[in-house]
Formats: sequence, structure tokens, C-alpha cells
Amino acid sequence: MTDLQDRPAAVLGSRLLRREDPALLTGEAKYTNDLNVPGALHLVVVRSPYAHARITSVDVSAALDVPGVVAAYSGADLATVWAAPMPCAWPVTADMKNPAHYPLAVGKAAYVGDGVACVLATSDTAARDAAELIDVQYEPLEAVVDLEDALSDRVVIHDDLGTNKSYQWDLKIEGEPGQVDAAFAAAAYTVSERYVQQRLIPVAMEPRAVCAVPQPFGGDITMYSSTQVPHILKVMSALTLGIPEHQLRVVCPSVGGGFGSKLNVYAEELLCLALARKHGVPVRWNETRSENHVATIQGRGQIQHIELAADADGKLTAVRVRLLADMGAYLQLVTPGIPLLGAFLYAGVYDLPLAYDFSCTSVFTTLTPTDAYRGAGRPEATYAIERAMDALADTMGIDPMELRQRNFIRKEQFPYTAMTGLVYDSGDHEAAASKAAELADYAGVRARQAAQNVPGAKKVVGIGQASYFEMCGLAPSRVLASLNYSAGGWEAATVRVLPTNKIQVVTGTAPHGQGHETSWSMIVAEKLGVSPDDVDVLHSDTAIAPLGLDTYGSRSLPVGGVAIAMACDKVIDKAKKIAAHQLEADEADLEFAAGTFSVKGTPDRSLPLAAIAFEAFTAHNLPDGMEPNLEAHTTYDPPNFSWPFGTHICTVEVDTETGHVEVLQYVAVDDCGVQVNPLIVEGQVHGGVIQGLAQALFEEAVYDSDGNLKSGTLAEYLVPAASDVPSLTLGHTVTPSPTNQLGVKGIGEAGTIGAAPAVINAIVDALSHLGVRDMPMPASPHTVWNAINAAQHTTNGASK
Amino acid sequence: MIPAAFDYVRATSADEAISLIGEHGEDAKFLAGGHSLLPLMKLRLAQPSVLVDIGRVSDLSYIRDAGDHIAIGALTRHMDVERSPLLAEHVPLLAHAAGHVGDPQVRHRGTLGGTIAHADPASDLPATTLALGATYVAQGPNGTREIAAADFYQGFLESALAADEMLTEIRVPKMGGAGWSFQKFNRRAQDWAIVGVAAWRRNGDSGVALVNMGSTPILASSVSGALAQGASIADAAQLAAAEAEPQSDLNASPEYRVHLAKVLVRRALEQASA
Repeated sequence: MTDLQDRPAAVLGSRLLRREDPALLTGEAKYTNDLNVPGALHLVVVRSPYAHARITSVDVSAALDVPGVVAAYSGADLATVWAAPMPCAWPVTADMKNPAHYPLAVGKAAYVGDGVACVLATSDTAARDAAELIDVQYEPLEAVVDLEDALSDRVVIHDDLGTNKSYQWDLKIEGEPGQVDAAFAAAAYTVSERYVQQRLIPVAMEPRAVCAVPQPFGGDITMYSSTQVPHILKVMSALTLGIPEHQLRVVCPSVGGGFGSKLNVYAEELLCLALARKHGVPVRWNETRSENHVATIQGRGQIQHIELAADADGKLTAVRVRLLADMGAYLQLVTPGIPLLGAFLYAGVYDLPLAYDFSCTSVFTTLTPTDAYRGAGRPEATYAIERAMDALADTMGIDPMELRQRNFIRKEQFPYTAMTGLVYDSGDHEAAASKAAELADYAGVRARQAAQNVPGAKKVVGIGQASYFEMCGLAPSRVLASLNYSAGGWEAATVRVLPTNKIQVVTGTAPHGQGHETSWSMIVAEKLGVSPDDVDVLHSDTAIAPLGLDTYGSRSLPVGGVAIAMACDKVIDKAKKIAAHQLEADEADLEFAAGTFSVKGTPDRSLPLAAIAFEAFTAHNLPDGMEPNLEAHTTYDPPNFSWPFGTHICTVEVDTETGHVEVLQYVAVDDCGVQVNPLIVEGQVHGGVIQGLAQALFEEAVYDSDGNLKSGTLAEYLVPAASDVPSLTLGHTVTPSPTNQLGVKGIGEAGTIGAAPAVINAIVDALSHLGVRDMPMPASPHTVWNAINAAQHTTNGASK
Repeated sequence: MIPAAFDYVRATSADEAISLIGEHGEDAKFLAGGHSLLPLMKLRLAQPSVLVDIGRVSDLSYIRDAGDHIAIGALTRHMDVERSPLLAEHVPLLAHAAGHVGDPQVRHRGTLGGTIAHADPASDLPATTLALGATYVAQGPNGTREIAAADFYQGFLESALAADEMLTEIRVPKMGGAGWSFQKFNRRAQDWAIVGVAAWRRNGDSGVALVNMGSTPILASSVSGALAQGASIADAAQLAAAEAEPQSDLNASPEYRVHLAKVLVRRALEQASA
């Protein structure tokens, strides 16, 4: 068939250009706010200017006088609309405290940006002008901004809980009782470090947007939303509003990025749904960039205490971790689980005996709720262990790369059962680290450093490494059950061969920038021997793709992509039966290659898939009892997480006079197993590394002691632009995952996980001769200058 | 963000602009490139009742050789200042500094007159023209007058322009081969300077001005005075902040700003003397 001859020699692994990009780059792509919905009312939410305040009255009457305004509501006005509070799907412990949280606050506002009232008008501008006229009277209360202060319960935020502590979650693993304490007592070297993971604002390029459209008859309603999780959103919205789930349809038009911030069920989605039903007309809401900074979840927000014990050779003998995690004012969808996604990774890539002691305490503050942000718990964990390893190397007086080499889990130990009981599927840290060291000219930089970092030098050089394992591809459902997560981790796929041999794939993944349409078409092309151009990928509409668990946690390829490959196998199995029937051959004698079934040893007796597809459609001559059509469905529950890994090495030059840090080189060697499309892999690594580098050098949600966000616009919240970041040197190794047929692992979060510790390790390395031992993030010039001054002050004081 | 409601009128000449601004009174503002004013309006920090758009007053966009100085029309875009061969030859410091304003979009829309009239101490070109000893020409209902850059900046976002006056021309003395340097210290290329320094030096003469070191652009007269009396660069640079009153913000404390000013003035003078 010509179709097959036109196909590239190998689709899988080729750098196919993304089919998504022409529409995105030419502005053809339609986002939620682009939808033309006649008769829609515009929702604007009035937000608390106080971090913590009693709401003593809400007077909407002046707003109602504005031309175009249809209605205005306080939180109390809508209190009876909700069948349940806003959902938190991750009650991590049985006694976790979870304050009732409604789309509009009633009685009390608990962060700046908390919705307290809303307006519906025929235009966005009328609604915004009217929102300014709603008179909300507050009795301001003391803000709770500092985590340790929150834990003291000096000011309790949620009166009915009686405490700001949400939960404590422990994971202690010992070969024999007391092993951790014994290891620390016997250790030749110990380090005890405290790190702060600053709050980050996700800043997806497209702010959130919602449009809820009631259908004319029967009570059905369609919600368009800029979300990563249409399926989860449908279930949770139905439960919160008491709508029959089958009457709710969720559709995502083009979604302009999420980074975890759209893995949620938001107040505005529920308000649009509730008000569209109440008024019987479409209701839409569009987030402003300023709202996005306060009303969309933020990431990170942890204080980490990590202690390492090591023997005389530097071999780790125990790890102890105490986390204090900032939940923000309320628990959003998966807020409490985020720190625990890192709980298993504080031993990093190292061969630790059964001596691990982890505890996480989580507290409420009067700040925007936290939740998933690219990496979600795993960048934090990797940062702590990789910074602590550098501190240990410094204590021992050996090169940090040497210390890592001594502790790596060895290639021959895979699959490796970690002390946590989790099985790391495959890895080769020595290979990734040595490749990264070569690309970074590690020895050369060390030599340059020795010559350049002399007393009084105004420009000093440093090199920093971070090696990581990422637990992603969320997730085996039974493991999620053991973590009290309220859903499974499977993914669904349907592969349908149309009569003309064009393929429809229906996936439960919900892409928002990842290029799934391209990658999934490549998997199908490879499996079925067709051109990727003949594969259509349907997604992000619960009416078209009713089953799915969406896109987050680097799960789409190792779970959703594998499900598609498995559905292809089922299609091939059925097609083979038809081929055997028509060729009058035994199934066992048929082979399938390049889209054609042929009898082994008799290649002229063959039947292409295209012919079989048409036979399956006409059903004129199928085996007895076989159902017509060529289509298969799979729901795949992965047997394990996928474990991408790698080593990043950053080289910096620090101006000791000004504190300015220049990244001279950034090397990332990542291993995500088999690469479906290296172009897309590199794009993910680029974006991920820059986001991690942004945490290390630029970004921080800064609050004052009254809980006001000082970095409230993109002039103060420093998202780096292309001109502010280095070109990256990428390398990779390929260690296939043995747990799935494609050998693939996730790659969406890996770059973010490696970057922050590599950059900070490099800066501390550059300044270590001045006595600098740690560097808070973001390492702004002012922060670096302060650290140099403080170290020199200490050094001078000590020498006197 | 959406600005408060305002009226809009467009002028086609300087005379018409001045007459319109007089007609609409105190709450009217000139709109040139809009890259300073519009963001303030969107944050509702500025709420003018009328905008007089002078963006199409084409006879105010020029760069001319006027003998001992270069005359630049107030509506000349930053990109035209940056790329002007005339400025590259006679006032290279200004052309170079213009290339550091904001990002390319800002430089294509923003105007030299706009940034000077806005009088933001954190902007690059008010301080640069101050260091160069520029003279600004203002036109009002009763004609034109010249204002020395040193007399122009009166407070935070406050200039010597009367409400019914419009900045029409910037006259920058030719540098006559002086060495020069522009130091912009910031975290992202597109941002305002945390501290900036514009400096030139020729024999005993020098001009040094600071960006974002007070409520106005700051002329570092003490530095020039010390150099004129034969002080070393290192010693003169220690006086960098003598005239400054730096503020605190998320990027820098006043102490850090003072330190940066000394370092950057030293570097600028070293470069200008090389």
C-alpha cells in the first residue's frame, strides 16, 4: 500500500514537528475566553483585601444599580446552593483537619483574594465597575504568615478547628528498632540543614477561564474550563453542586499551560455552574493576571529540616527529615498530599539502609492555598537531599561528585527495592553523572576555579551538581489507596480504525501544552503501521472521552500513552483473526509488520490493515460470532510508578562586589527511558529547567506581615524571559523502563526537579572559600551580597 | 486590569495639543508612547479624565545636528535614538542607553520626551540626559522656554513642566570624544534598573548621574567635583551616593543601593577612562 511506503522509516523516536503548533503560533487556537457564547452573563468576584477578617456585612445594592448588572450575591446569599463544601480529594490522615471551604466565604475571609461576593452583568466591564461598588464591611484580624508562628496557634484561623495544624504524617522505616538514632550516634559525619522552599506563583500563560452553558432542554449543562483535569472536575463539581454527574459535560478548549495550577476544582468553576443553573443562561468568568496571582493556587511553601548520618567513607547510614508545610488558608483539591509526594524521595538516588525517619506537619496560614506546582513535592525533596549532600561533602572535605559516586544506587542493583518498599524500575546514575560531568567539563571548571577563586577575587566560579530520581507516572491505584488518595491512577484509551483506515484515538489525558496529539499519533503509527497524519486524537471533552484521569504528575505518556499502545495490541489481535479467516491461515502462522498481515514464509499471501478495516466495517465476511468494526478499549492501571532520573550540572560566575550570579553553563542529562519524540522531550526539559532555575534565582511570592502579596504583578514577580536565562546543554541516556511495553518514563517535571539544587549548589560552591555555607532562594543579587557579608563578618569575628 | 473611564482627543500639532490640554484642565494628560502612563492607568494609580494623544504629531520626531548639540524631537522613539548614526557619532552614551530601555516593544513605542516628562527616577534616559547636561525645550500657551536638565526634576514623577506645557525638544551637547559608560544593574533585562549609572569623562570634566537612587534622577556632583580636583576614580566613587536618597523595595535595601552605586560608579569611570 502506498500509505505504508510513505511512512517514515521509524516513527517512534523521530523529531516529528508538533501538529499542535501551527494553530498555536498563528493565533488560530481557541481558548475558553475566545468562545463566542451569545447571551452569556459575565461573573466578577469581589475579593477580600484582608488576609484575615470577619465579614460583618455585605451590601450589594449599589452594584445592582449599575446598568447591565443582573444580580449580585454575598457568600451568605449562595450558602444553600452547595450540596457540599469545595472538595479536597486527599485526606492524608484520618484525623486531618479540613476547614469547610465554600466558593464564596461566609463569616470570615482567610486570605487576600478570598472571594466574598460576586456580580453578574451583561458585560465584563459593567460587572467590574459594579464589583467596586459592593460594600463589604470587615473586622480585620491578625494575619498568620509565618509557618512556625502558625504552628504556635497564637492566632487560630479557623475557629471551629481550634488549631492551625492540619495534620502530621510520619514515615519511619528501620531495619531494627532505634536504627536511625543509633546510626546518628555512631556516624563519622553528620549534617543538619534547614532549607526554605519559597512560595511560587505558577503563572500559566493563559489565566483561568470558565464558561458554563445550560443546554436548552433536560437540565444538562456544559462547562468549558481552562483546566488540566476535565474528568476529575466533572465528578467533583457534580458532587459539590448535587448535579447528576451524567448531566454535566466538561470541555477544555485549548489550554495555555497549567504547571499543576489547573489541577484543581476552583470556586469560579463552581460559581459559574451554580449561577448558570440558577439564571438559566450561560455564565462566564475570565481571570485577570492580578487575580491569577492571588486566587489561583501557589506552589511550594515548606520549611525543611534534613539530617544526614554517614560513615567514615561518606556512605549514608540514616536520613531524618522534619517538614513544615504551608497549606495556605484552605485545603484545595490535593493540597495536603503535595508534601507527601516527596516523602519517599529524601534519600534521593542513594543506597540507604533501612534507617529513614520522615515526618511532615502541615499548617494553615492566612495566605492563598498551596497545591500542585510542577514537580509537586519532588523538587522540594530533591533540593533538600542534594543540598545536604553538598553540605556533607563540605564537612568531609571531599568533592561532592565523589561523595555522590560513593552513594549511588548501582546499575546492577535495579530493579531496586528502596527502603520505603517502592521499587525503582531501572536506572544508571553513574552513566548520567559521568556524561554530565563530561559535557560540563567538570575537571576543567575545577581547575579554573582553583586559579580564579583567590582571596579578593571579584569574579568567582562555582560548579554544582544535582542527581535525581523522580517518582512519576501517577500512579498504581493500590499505592494511591495506601496514601488515602480518593481516586485511582489508571488511564483509558480507545483506538478505532475507521472504514478507510484512518484512526481515531480517544484518550483520557488532557493536554495543555505537552503535544499529546503528536506523541499519541506517533505511538499509533508505530503500532499499526500507518502515517501519523492518519491518526486523529480526541481528548478533553467528557462527552467524547468519558473515561480518564487527566494530565498531571508526568503521567500522560507512561500511563495514557501505554494504554493507547495496549489498545492498539487489541486492535491487532482482532484484525489478526479477520486476516486468518480471510487468508484461510492459522493465526499462529501470521505475522504483522508495517501494517500488513502475512503468512510466515509466504509473503505474497498477505492482507493490509486497510483491507481488514473495511471488512470489519462491512461485516460481510467475518469469523463466526465476531462483532463488526475494528475498535478496542483499554483501561490501564500501571504496576509501578515510572522513575526517570538524571544529573544536572550548573556552572556559575558570581560577582562578589554586587552579588550578581551569571549562569555560565547549564548541563542537563536526563533519562526518561525510550523517547517517543526527542523534540518534545527537549522542549519539556527546557521548560522544566528554566522553571527550576527561576525558583533558584528569580521567583518568590513575597508577603508582608499583614498577609499582603508584595509581588502582586509581573513587574515584581520575576518570571525570567529568554534574555535572562542561559542556553542549555542537553544530553541524555536511555534506560528503558521494564514495566511498560514502550519502555517510557515521564519527563514533564524532571527539569524542574534537577535545576534548583544544581544552581544553588553552584553558587554556594563559588562562595565557599569566603565562608558561605548556604544560600536562600531566590538567590537575588541582594541575597547573595548579604550572604557574602554575613559570612565575612562571621569569619572575621572568628579570627579575632 | 481596566482603567477608569476617560475621554480621548487627538492632536495633530504641538499647538493644537497645548490648546487641547489647556481646554481640558488639570486632569488632562498627554499620551505619547503610553508605556509609562497606561500601566499606571490600568492599575488605577493614574486616573486622568482626558487623554490628549500626541502620538501623531509627526513634526516632533527628528534627530538633527544643531552645531554644538544634537536636537531631538520629544516624540522620537527610543528605537530611533538607539539606531541614530548622528547620535552614535556625537552622543554615543545616549544611543547606547536607549538600547537598554525596557524591551523591544517598549523601545518601538516609548518616546524620549515621554520618559523625560514622566520623570521616573528609575528610568534610564532622564538620568542619562542629566549626566550629559541636556537642555529641555517646553512649549506652552505663551511660547517656548528652555529648562536645564539639572533644574527639571523636582520630585517623584514631578517635573518643572507646567500643566499646560509640553516638552517638545531635547538638546544634548555633543560629547566631543569623551569616554563614557552606562551601567544598568537589574535582575531581568526588561526591568527598571535597581541602580543605574550614566557617566562620561574628558580630561578634568565629567558627568555622572544615577538611576533609581532617590525620588528624582540624581546628578552625582560630588563625584565630578572630586575628579576635577584630581581624586582617584576609587576615591571619587566613594562619593557616589552623596546626593542620593535611595528607597527600599523588593530588590534592594537603601544600604545595598548605596553600595551598588559606589561599585557601579567606579566601574563606569574606569570604563569611561579606558
